[in-house]
Amino acid sequence: MAYSDKVVDHYNNPRNVGTLDKSSAEVGTGLVGAPECGDVMRLQIRVNPETQVIEEAKFKTFGCGSAIASSSLATEWIKGRKIEDALEIKNTDIVKELSLPPVKIHCSVLAEDAIRAAIGDWKKKNGVAETAPVAVATAAN
Amino acid sequence: MSTTVTSQIEVPAGVSLPIYMDNHATSPLDPRVLEAMMPFFTSKFGNAASRNHSFGWEAEQAVEIARQQIAKLIGATSKEIIFTSGATESDNLALKGIAEMYRERGNHIITQVTEHKAILDTCKRLEKNGYRVTYLPVKADGLIDLDDLKRAIDEKTILVSIMAANNEIGVLQPIREIGKICREKGVLFHTDAVQSVGKVPVDVNADFIDVLSLSGHKIYGPKGVGALYVRRRNPRVQIAAQIDGGGHERGMRSGTLNVPGIVGLGKACEIAQTEMDSEAAYLRNLRDRLKARLESALDYVHVNGSWEHRLPGNLNMSFVYVEGESLLMGINDIAVSSGSACTSATLEPSYVLKALGLGDDVAHSSIRFGLGRFNTEAEVDYVADKVIDIVLKLRELSPLYEMVKEGIDLTKIEWQAH
Repeated sequence: MAYSDKVVDHYNNPRNVGTLDKSSAEVGTGLVGAPECGDVMRLQIRVNPETQVIEEAKFKTFGCGSAIASSSLATEWIKGRKIEDALEIKNTDIVKELSLPPVKIHCSVLAEDAIRAAIGDWKKKNGVAETAPVAVATAAN
Repeated sequence: MSTTVTSQIEVPAGVSLPIYMDNHATSPLDPRVLEAMMPFFTSKFGNAASRNHSFGWEAEQAVEIARQQIAKLIGATSKEIIFTSGATESDNLALKGIAEMYRERGNHIITQVTEHKAILDTCKRLEKNGYRVTYLPVKADGLIDLDDLKRAIDEKTILVSIMAANNEIGVLQPIREIGKICREKGVLFHTDAVQSVGKVPVDVNADFIDVLSLSGHKIYGPKGVGALYVRRRNPRVQIAAQIDGGGHERGMRSGTLNVPGIVGLGKACEIAQTEMDSEAAYLRNLRDRLKARLESALDYVHVNGSWEHRLPGNLNMSFVYVEGESLLMGINDIAVSSGSACTSATLEPSYVLKALGLGDDVAHSSIRFGLGRFNTEAEVDYVADKVIDIVLKLRELSPLYEMVKEGIDLTKIEWQAH
């Protein structure tokens, strides 16, 4: 499969790889996908409670190059946005930016889900009403 | 800290990129094979079926020499070799030809779940046409249970088809024992021996094989040519032709013979026979070196399929918590293949790995290294270094690896399948 230059760039130099303290009240964590499906994304955000601006975004992804690129791009796009603005990012925007082929569209869907899940987690922690319910995989450790 | 997945591994002297290490998919043509083939593209262009001039005789003679070279490699006689376009055709001819010819005797065929699609899809077609097919499971090591086979044979069974070596995990089925069981029960035994012929000893008499498929391009011969061994004595196997025409190949496979291809296949078999022992030892050494290097540098790696019963050149390994396609992307100057869903047309992970009882996540993480005649120790060292480097980097990116390192049991997480 031929990858677009942007996918290759994000794969070679993924942005914002890392882990935030998920126990912090300011941090929202979204864990989406499943190992059986070959894709798991964890996207974390640290939100300023005053401004509701996403000040930091980190990800780790198990998945193909397109999945890594989609989540890397997602962190770039949401950083500095207010959470309500971040929710406006659609998977189709990611598809367009990375020139994903049809078989890789699910990677972009997963990235959108990851954004929603992370924001949903932050809202839950901070008692902010959900705009739309999202399922979040929960670690039972 | 910035993360980067690009590798800075130094390329050793004498190694040129890209490195080909996918010899189960196909193998490069041996220069000695090409040399043998060349005249049959140019001056010796005759049709082997032309009986009345020297061009035809010359071609026919070359074909007969090739038949002997192939027969010798598998302990057969030259009259038992039927030329085809490759192993897929050989498998189709064997299964459909026997099913049709022995229809009066029975309609039951036994095979197993990790066969090549050339067998499985042919069996599916036969099922649509009223045949009954039993697909034996394999154990965790990839081998069938001989007791399962014995139990599956009934009075309607006409054929057992079990591959000699698996194309993904390289495991060697107990062919001789299977052949013996079939002979005792009076059932024909076909084996798809594409991956094993020329690599490990195969003897149609000692192994009780009645019909055998082989291919040119897996043994450093040309593509587009293969053969089917069809036993002539004890028992005499009959096969209904699936292609009608001029009655070539004892009526079993019509069509003008691919003389250059056949000459190449013959030469490839001759070389394989002469060099089998030394080549097997050479490949085993390379493979073991690769495995040892990977295992010493990485945790959570494991070999898929039996280690003991395996082709000398096969290493199928899962690098758990790293997805196969992303690994291939990082090692794109090395040609290997993966059981990851993302690399398949169907978006399903390898059915062979799933049949071993491995979780889909392990199947998604698998890489098949197919070592061959032209690989070198320096290439193996580069491949090992590169794979280690990329796996370590991708694990820095892997939420699963981080969670496992923290002691989280991934099986206890409610994942959202998507």
